[in-house]
Amino acid sequence: MSHDLYVQLLDLACGVLLLTAVLVLWRRELAVIIRVFALQGLALAALVAVLAAHEGSIELGAVAVGILVLRAGVLPALLRRALAAAGEERRETRPLVNVASSLLAAAVLTLLGYAVSQPLVALAPSPATQAVAVGMTVVLIGFFVLVTRRRALSQLVGFLLMDNGITAVGFLTTSGVGLVVELGVSLDVLLAVLVLQILTTRMRATFGDTDLDELRELHD
Amino acid sequence: MTHLLLLAPVVVPALGAVIYALAGWRRATAWVSAASAALVLATAIATSAAVVNDDPHTVLAGLLRVDALSAFMLVVIGAIAFLATAATPDHLRTEIIAGRASSRTAARHCLLVQLFLAAMALAVLAANLGMLWVAVEATTIVTAFLVGQRRTRPAVEAAWKYVVICSAGIALALLGTFLLNYASQHTAPGAGLNWAELAASAHTLDPGVTRIAVVLLIVGFGTKAGLAPLHAWLPDAHSQAPAPVSALMSGVLLSVAFYAILRVKVIADAALGTGFARTLLVVIALASLALSASLLLAQRDYKRMLAYSSIEHMGLLALGAAVGGRLAIAAVLLHILGHGLAKSVLFLGSGHILQITGTSRIDQVRGLAARQPVLAGCFGLGVLALIGLPPFSLFASELGIARAGFTAGLGWAMAAALVLVLVIAAALVTHTSRMVLGAAPDGPGAATASPRMNVIAGAALVVGLLACAAIGVTTGPLHPLLSLAADLLAGTP
Repeated sequence: MSHDLYVQLLDLACGVLLLTAVLVLWRRELAVIIRVFALQGLALAALVAVLAAHEGSIELGAVAVGILVLRAGVLPALLRRALAAAGEERRETRPLVNVASSLLAAAVLTLLGYAVSQPLVALAPSPATQAVAVGMTVVLIGFFVLVTRRRALSQLVGFLLMDNGITAVGFLTTSGVGLVVELGVSLDVLLAVLVLQILTTRMRATFGDTDLDELRELHD
Repeated sequence: MTHLLLLAPVVVPALGAVIYALAGWRRATAWVSAASAALVLATAIATSAAVVNDDPHTVLAGLLRVDALSAFMLVVIGAIAFLATAATPDHLRTEIIAGRASSRTAARHCLLVQLFLAAMALAVLAANLGMLWVAVEATTIVTAFLVGQRRTRPAVEAAWKYVVICSAGIALALLGTFLLNYASQHTAPGAGLNWAELAASAHTLDPGVTRIAVVLLIVGFGTKAGLAPLHAWLPDAHSQAPAPVSALMSGVLLSVAFYAILRVKVIADAALGTGFARTLLVVIALASLALSASLLLAQRDYKRMLAYSSIEHMGLLALGAAVGGRLAIAAVLLHILGHGLAKSVLFLGSGHILQITGTSRIDQVRGLAARQPVLAGCFGLGVLALIGLPPFSLFASELGIARAGFTAGLGWAMAAALVLVLVIAAALVTHTSRMVLGAAPDGPGAATASPRMNVIAGAALVVGLLACAAIGVTTGPLHPLLSLAADLLAGTP
């Protein structure tokens, strides 16, 4: 693969990554959010595949396939199942911050992401590290979704968005941190989502809803 | 031999979990949990002896490694797990009789606790930051269902908050891990995330990247350790989890997460100078102390009271770590053990109080000393230990942290911390004396409840307090281990 093509594909994958994160903030239909999230998983897998092709690493290629299966297949399927069980409440109603302000916040977070990434780029300038800012921004947007959304499922998506961003940063800075750790990380994320999904079901059973405003039993 | 010794703390509880998965909860398996914890404690002591006389060991292709610090943490895990699991059969039996649990819940409880122990042992034995991260995240997943075991509204809510906040916090630590890996790949190739090699080559790390990584790692693992600003899960989870699980979470889980911060600080100090991590930790510590003091003053729930006191003690640990140096670090390690013992006794005691009175509100528990002298005595003494009265070891360790802090030029932070600690002590004593002292209430319900306490469950409380007092009088055989571990962390041979 020529250098120019590599850089273009890399930037394309990162662009989709960032765009999907912003789309999650913009849309309110939970079904659409899940579809956007699956698209982001695809972009992440593509990103790793591009890196694998560039480095000619078969191991990294295998990791890309793993990411594709987990983040564009398994996790969205789990989310969809949780949504199907939810029945009525299919929209993110009344987020703490409205859509227009959320998009403005996303712009600010992007600037912050770029600012934070400066030392990272300075250490080893390359097309890959220059794209780290996108990963950072996705982490920040994920955190933002996590703290401003009220539906349990939207919070779950926020957490997964953070995780996608972190994975992107991990692969863009270095080619991962060793296969054992990589496997452990993926397994942990999968289990965390399974646990949260079961808890969502239990919350629906005890609270009759997964609007987290209902969570008012415990406070000081 | 050392291979077996090193693997045992992870493998034995894992086997215990298999036994519960296959055999379920019955008379014969009730004590498997305690037996496995006792084995963990025994191997931890044997490992400590081996580490004191010998160099650190590495096994499993460099994935696991034991040095004085991990050996000490293993002793903490083993000791507190033994207390908590010894009290578990009585707790579960009472719950089953009261109809709040079934034998299936009990079997699952024991299974998850065993996995919880295995994950914590793995965390302190992990030779590299990546493995440590995986193990700490695994503890979140395993304990999620323990927190939500009762399936009531508050329990499910606490479990949800626990998993969401801890996973998000620990995700920040993962980002920090990746960045540290990036920094080490460029300046010290081959070191990867290995603790020993990272610490040795830390002075070459790029400061810009390491600074971001250290902030993320300390805030991330600090979430799991219950430090401000991401502490919100702790009072909920600790008040809703079954008593033995609260004891384990407060006594060891928080310290295991704090252990990660101690390791990170060694790297941060070498790469960025002592000032950076110190400032960060002092801010976090004072915020945690202030928060705990303000919420303890008007606290109405005794389990939440204990939970906020855990935040206080984690704040003190962070303060001690910020001071650094041999004295402070040795005091921090002693504090980890002392706080673990005292707090697990208190949580186990609070479990009994909850089972006897049926309420977790402070104002509805009156005259405990008249009805349950042993329980009330242990609870009262436990709180006295917690506020740092001699002969309990928290006195010695808090004194050590304060002395080191004043000599290290952190006088203003220490003075602020001491004021907050005094406020907290006053609040704890006031609330506890209301519960323990006074005449027994003679309203409805008072006549029914006064079952005798189970002998073994009572013994666990007494043994915990005695151990806490004993290490306060003399660290004895722990001394060489503590000083070795302090050398390791303080950076001076």
